Amino acid sequence: MSYDKLIFEVSKPGHTAYSLPPLDVVDFELEESIPNELLRHTELSFPEVSEVELVRHYTNLSYKNYSVDKGFYPLGSCTMKYNPKVNEDIANFEAFTDIHPLQSESTVQGALKLMYNLQEMLKEITGMDGMTLQPAAGAHGELTGMMIIKSYFENIGEYKRKKILVPDSAHGTNPASAATAGFEVVEVKSGSDGLIDIDSLKAMLNDDVAGLMLTNPNTLGLFEKNIIEIAKLVHDAGGLLYYDGANMNANMGITRPGDMGFDVVHINLHKTFATPHGGGGPGSGPVGVKGNLVDFLPVPVVEKNNDTYYLNYDLPHTIGKVRSFYGNFNVLVKAYAYILTMGAEGLKFASEIAVLNANYLKEKLKGYYDLPYDTICKHEFVLSGLKNKETGITTLDVAKRLIDYGFHPPTIYFPLIVDSALMIEPTETESKETLDEFIDAMKSIAKEAEENPEILKTAPHNTPVRRLDEVKAARNPIVKASV
Amino acid sequence: MKILEGLYYSKNHEWVKVEGDKAYVGITDFAQHSLGDIVYAELPEIDTVLSAGDTLGTVESVKAASDVYCPISGKVVEVNQSVADDPSLLNSDPYENWMICVEMNDKGELDQLMSPEEYRDFCN
Repeated sequence: MSYDKLIFEVSKPGHTAYSLPPLDVVDFELEESIPNELLRHTELSFPEVSEVELVRHYTNLSYKNYSVDKGFYPLGSCTMKYNPKVNEDIANFEAFTDIHPLQSESTVQGALKLMYNLQEMLKEITGMDGMTLQPAAGAHGELTGMMIIKSYFENIGEYKRKKILVPDSAHGTNPASAATAGFEVVEVKSGSDGLIDIDSLKAMLNDDVAGLMLTNPNTLGLFEKNIIEIAKLVHDAGGLLYYDGANMNANMGITRPGDMGFDVVHINLHKTFATPHGGGGPGSGPVGVKGNLVDFLPVPVVEKNNDTYYLNYDLPHTIGKVRSFYGNFNVLVKAYAYILTMGAEGLKFASEIAVLNANYLKEKLKGYYDLPYDTICKHEFVLSGLKNKETGITTLDVAKRLIDYGFHPPTIYFPLIVDSALMIEPTETESKETLDEFIDAMKSIAKEAEENPEILKTAPHNTPVRRLDEVKAARNPIVKASV
Repeated sequence: MKILEGLYYSKNHEWVKVEGDKAYVGITDFAQHSLGDIVYAELPEIDTVLSAGDTLGTVESVKAASDVYCPISGKVVEVNQSVADDPSLLNSDPYENWMICVEMNDKGELDQLMSPEEYRDFCN
């Protein structure tokens, strides 16, 4: 665990990992074809290592990593479910890896068919009328959705609608995406039950409001049970409803954003649909829309004419391209493989178990940790630090100590409306045995807080680096290696 | 928790200190304690015109970024550059280290704010 070398420290002059074949083309002088001022005159600094040194270096670095392949990763709102390896096998088919995005449509019919089918499946799962696969991640999907909403209101001449309402429990990306798209962000307060306060919402709705961004279930893991009324209020005021799909893992096959009244939705293939993320991505954030918003989708969209698939660039009000080529195609393949493997019943079962697992953890932990919203949760729940408030042990201490027990810590200090939040999302891919091990670790930490708080204050103990000084790192960052 | 006499307090945990037509604005001890170690403070430009309730800037801790609201309307005539340079000053002495100074439009707005006693009750 103590390996801490840079590849440049491993480097020794003359070490090589391979040898080049003899030069079989005519040599020429660079100076003859490239102007002198554009040529580099200093030595290039490349590390020189043998193959075994190279392999050992990166293998050693990889031991420092933590991933879903290594252990339980209950990072709330991130849906760190296991990523089945069959999806990788399929994405590695040469028929997918050896095609080029500039090939003619007639030579990539299979790839286009996959994209078309995936669009159709995602439309069915979310209850939307149109879908783009272009956005490269969740926040990119949010931005795309916000741009569609903005473009829609400009098109119908409602220039006054410059405000987007965002609940105080929202993911930080929501206000950021709305602001980036040029909207003014207004915060909606949650009620004491953790749900949108209907009266506050009513008071804010008027003809300045373009829409409401909502995550359902919300970041507390609670289902906005008044969603039909909320949708009616927003629509009656002339606004649109945006669905942040980060928490879609609670809903598959059970309910659909389209049926709840949402007009625009993004989904995270890298969360709900089991494609790798968190360093292993990239992500993918398809956006679905209802009704005449279809005309505003980014181009191209994949369409079908008899049995031929083609890229349609001709949408009357398109917001244009939001990603080079057609999105993260390789990720689309993995998500498609996942949906086909699971089937409709399998997806529904996944959501059911995700919710069951979260409720099991919640019930087992609430005797030791403060549970501010003590009710049935969906796929995740939020604790408010230790139940015993006298120990002086913070949520940060608990999170750091969990690392010593071999678990990735939950999301902490978010959502902001819960003091000292610990946001836990187990997902459906964990067995009861794993959940029980986590529960034991959490109980043991609660006990340590009372009996041996010092061990928590100084945690983690078994990591390559001990507790980092986050404040000093933020105030006086040193971002250069001391070679 | 420290609450100073002679200041006005807002529900968003800002304080206002009045000197003639000018008002100094900062965050309270309660605010700095809730935020934790502050690592960044963003202040407005001089001459910015603010209405009561407008965002005057942002403070960021390792936990979260939070808007700071201006409790009274007016024009920003001074900003405390030392707070922007060393945001930890907001932790060490939040009442000494004001964030902005505003030339007030309407001193009547002060009536909307809380007295030290009311603010103490509000925090409890």
